[in-house]
Amino acid sequence: MSTHSITLTINGRRYAGTAESRHTLSDFLRVEAGYTGVHVGCEHGVCGACTVIVDGKAVRSCLMLAVQADGAAVTTAEGLAAPDGTLHPVQQALRDEHALQCGFCTPGVLMTLAALTANDAKPDEEALTAALSGHICRCTGYQGLRRAARRLAGAKP
Amino acid sequence: MKPAPFDYEAPASIEAACALLAEAGGGATVLAGGQTLMPLLALRMSQPFILVDINKIPALHGVARTGNATRIGPATKQCEGLENPLLAEHLPVLVQALRHVGHHQTRNRGTIGGSIALGEPAAEMPATAVALGAEIEIASIRGRRRVKAEDFYLGPYLTVLEPDELVVGIDYPDWPKGHITLFRELAQRPGDFALVGFVGALAVEGGKITRAGLAWFGMGPTPIKARQAEAALLGQAPATLDVPAIAALALADTAPFDDHHASAEYRRIVGKRLFSRTLCAALGQKEAA
Repeated sequence: MSTHSITLTINGRRYAGTAESRHTLSDFLRVEAGYTGVHVGCEHGVCGACTVIVDGKAVRSCLMLAVQADGAAVTTAEGLAAPDGTLHPVQQALRDEHALQCGFCTPGVLMTLAALTANDAKPDEEALTAALSGHICRCTGYQGLRRAARRLAGAKP
Repeated sequence: MKPAPFDYEAPASIEAACALLAEAGGGATVLAGGQTLMPLLALRMSQPFILVDINKIPALHGVARTGNATRIGPATKQCEGLENPLLAEHLPVLVQALRHVGHHQTRNRGTIGGSIALGEPAAEMPATAVALGAEIEIASIRGRRRVKAEDFYLGPYLTVLEPDELVVGIDYPDWPKGHITLFRELAQRPGDFALVGFVGALAVEGGKITRAGLAWFGMGPTPIKARQAEAALLGQAPATLDVPAIAALALADTAPFDDHHASAEYRRIVGKRLFSRTLCAALGQKEAA
């Protein structure tokens, strides 16, 4: 068993810490760095709740070792809204479309949609909906999320 | 669910990786994208002493042309493959198949070589390598060897790879420009493993089929090369091909199984139907009712 010193950027802030080899990025972000907006559901890559953005790509943080994130730029749900509290366009879309209920799956969904719409990218509705297939929601269902995706694609919800 | 403890090494060269694998004497596991390995570790179905992360080895990344073949570095991510112009030009059916590998989020880390080396029988990448006649280059401290994809798979998650060996490249021979591609799979939800699927390529020259590569996934313990159908396709004219007869031959090489998702019979019936329909469409034939 080995431990590693790692340095990464989380939501724009440099963070240095230590990780045991077997620590997943999701546990590192929650337990070591305190970003509890990373929700850990199934812990084996099925549910999508733990999705974060690593170097611009949405990935499941439970399927990545913390040590592999050394040097990477990570964004979690905490990094989406502006410092003054203004919601990120993806957060606003989910809110407007009532696309959440208990909120457990929400941070992961937000990160997938935020990665795909970053830099004013406008992926089509089909691409957004296909990417949402990587998320499981167990309470409110998917119609609100689909409406939010349509809105983000620039179509009528 | 946390993985059991292990050591982690990220060597910078193939030689260093092979040395680590040899030294571990079977206790090491190669970490590529981790999109299948990490669940196995979390569920403790896999408990290696050491993980050898190959992502920091530059020689294992990227796509290159080598003579009459396209070489994919095993650590090339699936999302990178989807956007690679060389693959779009030379291996269109592989790109088509990649769209069905896992989910958007897992393709962002999952690698093409990882899927091939793992040997999940219902996965798209192993069957695509078999269908297209790919060769897999393998390295260890004992030297290098090349194995045809069709000889690489022995059973579910079981390949000819020895514990000290590492896949260092997958070479796909060229198919003629404008060759016909075949791909279809049935899964319960997008991103799920296929209940049944197949992938193939047909070269047509002078009005006759001159080369055929076909493989099934989810239809047996390994990807299944449809040898009988391949042989029967050669020399045939696409317009007058007896599609139902070819479909029957394609099924003859499969060995599907029952599981809690579908019965073997269901896989055969649906597989034959999808195969006929896809082949008809690709050849411009009307499907017989």
